[in-house]
Amino acid sequence: MAHGSSVAVEQYNYDIVKKFAIMALVWGVFGMSVGTWIASELAFPVLNFDIPQITFGRFRPVHTTSVIFGFGGNALFATSYYVVQRTCQTRLYGDLLPKFTFWGWQLALLLGVVGYMNGVTQAREYAEFEWPVDLLITVVWVAYAVVFVQTLRRRSQPHIYVANWFYMAFILATALLHIFNNLAVPVDLFSTKSYSLFSGVQDAMTQWWYGHNAVGFFLTAAFLGMMYYFVPKQAGRPIYSYRLSIVHFWALSFMYMWVGAHHLHWTALPDWTSSLAATFSIMLLMPSWGGMINGIMTLSGAWDKLRSDPIMLFLIASLSFYGMSTFEGPLMSLKSVNALSHYTDWTVGHVHSGALGWVALVSFGSMYHMIPRLYDTKLWSQRLVYAHFWLATIGIVLYITSMWVSGIGQGLMLRAFDDFGNLAYTFIETVTFMHWPLVARALGGAFFVSGILVMVFNITMTIRTARQEQAAIEAKIAAKLARAGA
Amino acid sequence: MKFSHESIEINAGLLIVLTLVAISIGGLVEIVPLFYIPGTVEKVDGVRPYTPLEQAGRDIYTREGCYLCHSQMIRPFRDEKLRFGHYSLAAESQYDHPFQWGSKRTGPDLARVGKKYSNAWHVQHLKAPRSVVPESIMPNYPWLAENDLDYSDIADRMRALKKVGVPYSETEAEYQANVKKFGKAMADQLNINLAGENLLAQAEAGNYDGNRSRLSELDALIAYLQVLGTMVDFKKYDEGYFAEFR
Repeated sequence: MAHGSSVAVEQYNYDIVKKFAIMALVWGVFGMSVGTWIASELAFPVLNFDIPQITFGRFRPVHTTSVIFGFGGNALFATSYYVVQRTCQTRLYGDLLPKFTFWGWQLALLLGVVGYMNGVTQAREYAEFEWPVDLLITVVWVAYAVVFVQTLRRRSQPHIYVANWFYMAFILATALLHIFNNLAVPVDLFSTKSYSLFSGVQDAMTQWWYGHNAVGFFLTAAFLGMMYYFVPKQAGRPIYSYRLSIVHFWALSFMYMWVGAHHLHWTALPDWTSSLAATFSIMLLMPSWGGMINGIMTLSGAWDKLRSDPIMLFLIASLSFYGMSTFEGPLMSLKSVNALSHYTDWTVGHVHSGALGWVALVSFGSMYHMIPRLYDTKLWSQRLVYAHFWLATIGIVLYITSMWVSGIGQGLMLRAFDDFGNLAYTFIETVTFMHWPLVARALGGAFFVSGILVMVFNITMTIRTARQEQAAIEAKIAAKLARAGA
Repeated sequence: MKFSHESIEINAGLLIVLTLVAISIGGLVEIVPLFYIPGTVEKVDGVRPYTPLEQAGRDIYTREGCYLCHSQMIRPFRDEKLRFGHYSLAAESQYDHPFQWGSKRTGPDLARVGKKYSNAWHVQHLKAPRSVVPESIMPNYPWLAENDLDYSDIADRMRALKKVGVPYSETEAEYQANVKKFGKAMADQLNINLAGENLLAQAEAGNYDGNRSRLSELDALIAYLQVLGTMVDFKKYDEGYFAEFR
C-alpha cells in the first residue's frame, strides 16, 4: 500500500494541486466574507466605521479580486494542473516552475489586496492591480503557460482532451487581455501610481473588452474546461457529444471577444461598436447553451445519481445556473433592456448568478470530487456536502431575486414621470426603496459564506482522516518490519 | 485533402495558433478603428486637461474607488437629461486616464456635478453624507479633511500624463501651442514647470475646503468635482446652425 501510493506521487505531481486547492478555499472564505461585509455596508452604512481601508470604495476591489483571482484563479490552477496530468497521463512539467506559479500568484493577490486597502489602484474594474503587480502576474502567467503547454507536449495520449482546449484558450486569452488592458505609464520607477495609456472612449472600450472577457474566458471558458473533465468523471459516463464540444468551443472562443461593448450601450462609445457587441452577445447564446446541453445531457441515463450523489447535484445545478445566466446576459445586452438594467443592481445580480451559481458551484463540485482523490481517501461526510449545497442554493436564490427587485425597481423609478411630465422620484428615493432588497442580498451572501465554511470543515476533516489513515498504515508496516528484523 | 478536426486535436501548436486567431479578431475589429475613424471623439470647444489641483483631486477620486458607485456618463434619455443634464460627449473624457465612466449608480451620476452644489455643501457631504442627505448610504470620508494633500510628485504625475498624450507643456513651443489652443491663463496652468505653484495658487484662491490654514485632500477633490461637466458651454449649441434642424 505504501509502495503503491509512493508510485502515484511520482506519476503525478499532486502536491502542487493540493496547494492550489487549499488556497482556493482560503481565498474563497476571505473573498466571500468581504463580499458579505460590503453588501452589509450598502444596507447599513455605519459598517464602514470611518476606517479608510474598509470603506466600500476600497473594499469592493478586495472582494472582486479575492473571489475572481483568488478563489476562481486558484481553483483553476488546481484543476487545470490535475486535469492536464490525468488526461495526458503524464507528470506535470517542471518542479520549480509550478511552485513558482503558486507562490507568485499568492504574492500578487496579497500585494493587490493590501494595495487596494491603502489606495493603490488603477481604478479599472477587475483590473485594479497597479503596474508592479501586473508585471508579476505577467511573469507568473508566462510560467503557467509554459508548464501547461510542456505538459501537453509530454502527453502519452495522441489526442488532446477537450477540457484542455478550454484551459488553453483561457490561458491565451487571459494573457492577451491582461497585457493590452494594463498598458500604462508609471509616474516613476519607485511610484506605485500609473496612468493608463488610453483615455476616454478608447480606454472604456479596452477596459470592457477586458472586463467582459474576464467573465468570458477566466470565469467561463476555463470553468467549462473544469466541467468537461469532472462532470463525465463524476457521472461515470462519456461526454454527451464530442461534435458539439468542437462546435461550441470554436464558436465560444471566437464570439466572446466581440461582446464587451454591450457594457457601454448608450454611452459616448460609437453606436456601431455597441450594436456589433449586442449582435454577438445574442449569437453567443448558442455556444453557451451548447456547453450547458453537453454537460447536462452527459447525465442522460444516469439521472438517478441526482438522488444519491450530492456532488452531482453541485455540478448539474451549476450547469443550470450557467444556462440561466447565459440567457439573461443576451437579454440584458439588448439596447432597450440595457437602458433600464444598466447602472442598476440587476447587473450585479446577473454577475452573481454566474459567479455563485455557475463558477462557485462547479468549483465546489469539482473540488469535492478531486480533493479526496488527491489524498487517496473518501470524503469525511456526504451529509455535509448536502448541507453545503442547500445553504449555497438558498443564498444564490436570495441574492438573485433581491437584486432583480432592487435593480428593476430602481430602473423603473428613475424613468418614471408624473402626469405633468416631471420626474416622479428623486434619486435618493430609489436608494430608500433599495434598502430591504440590499438587506436580503447581504443575507443571501451570508448563507453562501456559511456554505463554504461547512465545506472547509468537511475538507479539513477529510484531509486529517487521510493523514491518520496513512500514519496508521505506516506504523503497521514499521511494526511488521521491526518484527521481521528481530 | 479532407480536413478533419482530429488534426487539431493531436497538434498542440496548431491548437494554440488557431485559438489565438479566433480570440484576436473581435478586439481588432472593435478597438483599433476607434483610434482612426474621424468623429469618434467629436471636436468640442472648451474641453481641456485638468489643472494640477484638479488632477490631484482626480487621483484621490480614483484612490477611494468612487467609480464603483458613481458613473460619469449621462445617457441620452429624457429622465437622465432632467436629472443630470446634457448627455456626455466622448470629447469630455478625452483627457481622462483612466476613464471613469463607471458601471453602477449606487449614487447619482457625477458627469455634470460641477457647480451644482456649493463648496461648503461638498465639505459637509463628504465628511458626513447623512448630515445633508439623511437617507444616503455613502460612507463618511472624514480623513479627506484631515489629510494634508501630498503634491510632492505632481510635476512627475503631469509628466507621466504628458507621455500618454495629455497636452501639458514643458518646453516653450509646447507652451505656445497651449496658449493658442486653450488661451494664456489656462496654458499657464498646464505648464509642468509651474505645477506646484499653480496648485497652491488655485487652492489658495478657491479655498475649497473652507479652511485656509491647510491644504487638504478635500481641497483637491472638491476642485475636481466642481469642474466635472463644466468645460463645454452647451448654450453655444442652442442657436444658429444647431437650431435650424428643430
